[in-house]
Amino acid sequence: MTALLTIIVLVFILVAIWQMVKIFDLAQAKVENSQVANDKDNKINGYLMMGFLAFIYIITIVSFVKWGDLPLMSNAASEHGPQIDNLMIISMTLIFVVQTITQFLLHYFAFKYKGEKGRTALFFADNNKLEAIWTIIPVIVLAGLIIYGLNTWINIMGVNEDDDPLVIELYAQQFNWKARYGGEDNTLGKANVRLIDIDRANILGVDESDPNANDDVITTELHLPVGRPVLFKMRSQDVLHSAYMPHFRAQMNCVPGMITQFGFTPTVTTAEMRQTPEMTDKVTNINRIRVEKSKELLAKGEEALERYEFDYLLLCNKICGKSHYNMQMKIIVETQEEYDAWMKEQKIFKNSLIN
Amino acid sequence: MSAHEDTHAHEDHGHHHKETFVTKYIFSQDHKMIAKQYLITGTIMGVIGVFMSMMFRLQLAWPEKPNVLFEALLGKWAPNGVMDADIYLALVTIHGTIMVFFVLTAGLSGTFSNLLIPLQIGARDMASGFLNMISYWLFFLSSVIMVISLFVEAGPAAAGWTIYPPLSALPMAQGGSGLGMTLWLVSMAIFIASSLMGSLNYIVTVINLRTKGMSMTRLPLTIWTFFITAVIGVISFPVLLSAALLLIMDRSFGTSFFLSDIFIQGEVLHYQGGSPVLFEHLFWFLGHPEVYIVILPAMGLVSEIMASNSRKPIFGYRAMIASILAIAFLSTIVWGHHMFISGMNPFLGSVFTFTTLLIAIPSAVKAFNWITTLWKGNLQMNPAMLFSIGFVSTFITGGLTGIILGDSALDINVHDTYFVVAHFHLVMGISALYGMFAGIYHWFPKMFGRMLNKNLGYIHFWVTAVCAYGVFFPMHFIGMAGLPRRYYTNTNFPLFDDLANVNVIITIFALIGGIVQIVYLYNFFGSIFFGKKAEQNPWRSNTLEWTAPVKHMHGNWPGEIPHVYRWSYDYSKPGHDEDFVPQNVPLKEGEEELQH
Repeated sequence: MTALLTIIVLVFILVAIWQMVKIFDLAQAKVENSQVANDKDNKINGYLMMGFLAFIYIITIVSFVKWGDLPLMSNAASEHGPQIDNLMIISMTLIFVVQTITQFLLHYFAFKYKGEKGRTALFFADNNKLEAIWTIIPVIVLAGLIIYGLNTWINIMGVNEDDDPLVIELYAQQFNWKARYGGEDNTLGKANVRLIDIDRANILGVDESDPNANDDVITTELHLPVGRPVLFKMRSQDVLHSAYMPHFRAQMNCVPGMITQFGFTPTVTTAEMRQTPEMTDKVTNINRIRVEKSKELLAKGEEALERYEFDYLLLCNKICGKSHYNMQMKIIVETQEEYDAWMKEQKIFKNSLIN
Repeated sequence: MSAHEDTHAHEDHGHHHKETFVTKYIFSQDHKMIAKQYLITGTIMGVIGVFMSMMFRLQLAWPEKPNVLFEALLGKWAPNGVMDADIYLALVTIHGTIMVFFVLTAGLSGTFSNLLIPLQIGARDMASGFLNMISYWLFFLSSVIMVISLFVEAGPAAAGWTIYPPLSALPMAQGGSGLGMTLWLVSMAIFIASSLMGSLNYIVTVINLRTKGMSMTRLPLTIWTFFITAVIGVISFPVLLSAALLLIMDRSFGTSFFLSDIFIQGEVLHYQGGSPVLFEHLFWFLGHPEVYIVILPAMGLVSEIMASNSRKPIFGYRAMIASILAIAFLSTIVWGHHMFISGMNPFLGSVFTFTTLLIAIPSAVKAFNWITTLWKGNLQMNPAMLFSIGFVSTFITGGLTGIILGDSALDINVHDTYFVVAHFHLVMGISALYGMFAGIYHWFPKMFGRMLNKNLGYIHFWVTAVCAYGVFFPMHFIGMAGLPRRYYTNTNFPLFDDLANVNVIITIFALIGGIVQIVYLYNFFGSIFFGKKAEQNPWRSNTLEWTAPVKHMHGNWPGEIPHVYRWSYDYSKPGHDEDFVPQNVPLKEGEEELQH
């Protein structure tokens, strides 16, 4: 209903604009009926250009003030996260500076040199020096960015097997996630979707004849011990999915028919993250919004929303069908002891089969 | 025009066959009529595409709220007026397809390449009028098929405009991947055939049919961009065609080019050995050059309009051509930046980061050259000029964030979030649309012999400009908060609850921006019939099309084709009485041609 009302209001505004133009047109018709801009048009639009420049600056400032607590630029929960965040901050600062200057020049020139009858433009077709300057400066700046960027990329994507990473398989299907741990031997058993046997509860198609598979553990929550490198092996059984873990600055597609990988080291436990001032602020704010929404829902006789508590999340970030928007898994980062205790409660693959 | 000249033209070129309504308005082989046909078909597709975006914006701002609009238009896809998740994805998919291909490729390039290539190089018509006609009618056919696909029982294609398999290949994965996707693929295959015919025609025409004196370095930048765009199209579109054909094979004939090891709905499919990543490579080998196919013609139009309305030569003509060539070359070797996290070898990611960030250099040169063109000009603020300045503004804003997305390390984080959506909408969507509007406002007198109303044009520009920033600027921020794109609703993630109000703001701007286009449509269709009659050269421009009579005629010029003696940017040249010197004016004695 709100949407409809909005539309109606918009239509009325438009009708009003329309009528105003008509009046404007009629008023002008007597003086001049040329559809080519005259000095008055140049002047009005020249001033509007400066107004528009102000609008761009204002929308930039407002956006940064209101929504500038960018979770993807601070508060990283993985070892490589701060590297990405630094690069992001450098790039954003650079963009901010260039944007501010070039938009100023563009709109200011449009205002300053607005046309007047009798004025002659400067015949200025070329200047090699100027052009060399604004070719070379971007070259230098970009060379710096490329070198820094590639360095970061190689650091992140390089997997060091010597670290003895905890190997975990992320398994995607429409529309949920599973995790498979290698068990005591930290080695995943072989698997292929052709081995899936729903009747025997072999839902990931793990190869029963592979001895490494026996102690594998399949879970619906992802638990990670803090400080230990993790190497994810991604698989998908049906369509493309993408394992997106924004808090850890990690993402990799899950591709049917191949195994992809991504590794990182979580550095902040869920409990610690909940205590950080940024996160408590964010959660308080979200809960305030949820309480307000709940009031509306209760008034309509529906259930109130649950209170939100922060958790790391794994989201699907590649369009995968109808319920793509609800394909998620909770990630819990905890101390080694907590992790071990949780792991002990899980059933190993061999015992989870129905014979 | 005198009777004598008239007969002269006829004798010369034999365009004296009787024209019927059908040969003049429907199966026309005249490039000017074909341009108009492209423009009007593109406009209709544009209305559909923009309207779809307004519908899914309503859903994003007020998720799962019943809306009479949905109930009326979506029927079974909106039970009780609540938009269904499947149709949301379909709307997003078809919006993308229509806007990228049908509006900004065919509507923009098709219109202006057809209109301006013969007129600006001084040719009677395209090299092959017949091929040109076929090209338009194939485009029309593909548009009709795309629109028909909206009414398919199981829903239109809904796998995103990138149609990555297996989602797009398996009807059991998604309703839209049945007949809807088949029609999508057929429509696109026909579209590509149309585009190739058009492109070949443009290339041949520019190379062979330039008038006497029209050397390559005297060509207006519009022609340079259309020419290079056509070259990129010819190189990359066939690759998409091959991807589409292979996908059709996988879908209908049981091959396994893109599919392997799939278990879906309780059964293992027979596919073995293919790879979806291969499809991504093929798709983006077109998909990335495609954004330049969209933006280059807009750049050409803007360069021309800016010079003409600044009453100044375009600054750095040679550098402009060099940067067009550099962009065209680089555009074919950067496609992998869409695939940093696709499972591709990370080393390849490094290579693509390198080539991608290089594109910033020619782009920066172009932006600085446009800004310098304004400097010390005598700017005539016609609506076309406003849209051109708007183009540079959004091109800079949108282009700069490309530095983040092209950097593989940063892409990990913002890939497929709303940050990407904001980036490409500003840099290729809004910018190209501005270029197209600029072109329409500028060449409307040439196309229809009448002027567009400038006051409606001003309102159209300013409201659109504010709304474009209002929609896409805040969108960067929800992207940087980690919000993935193509989510039907975000309510399942309390983590994003604090972004809901941003989505409302964006939608309000989108609705205003969408609705204000009615002003433009009214102006456009009204002025075709009731606009003020145009003079021959209303903007006092130098290019050859303004030496042709207002009333359209076969062969463009009565009598001889004008010869060219100078480049097209002699505005405010010292030593001349007027502040413009058309290309067909011979050099004065002792006048130096600007050697570029």
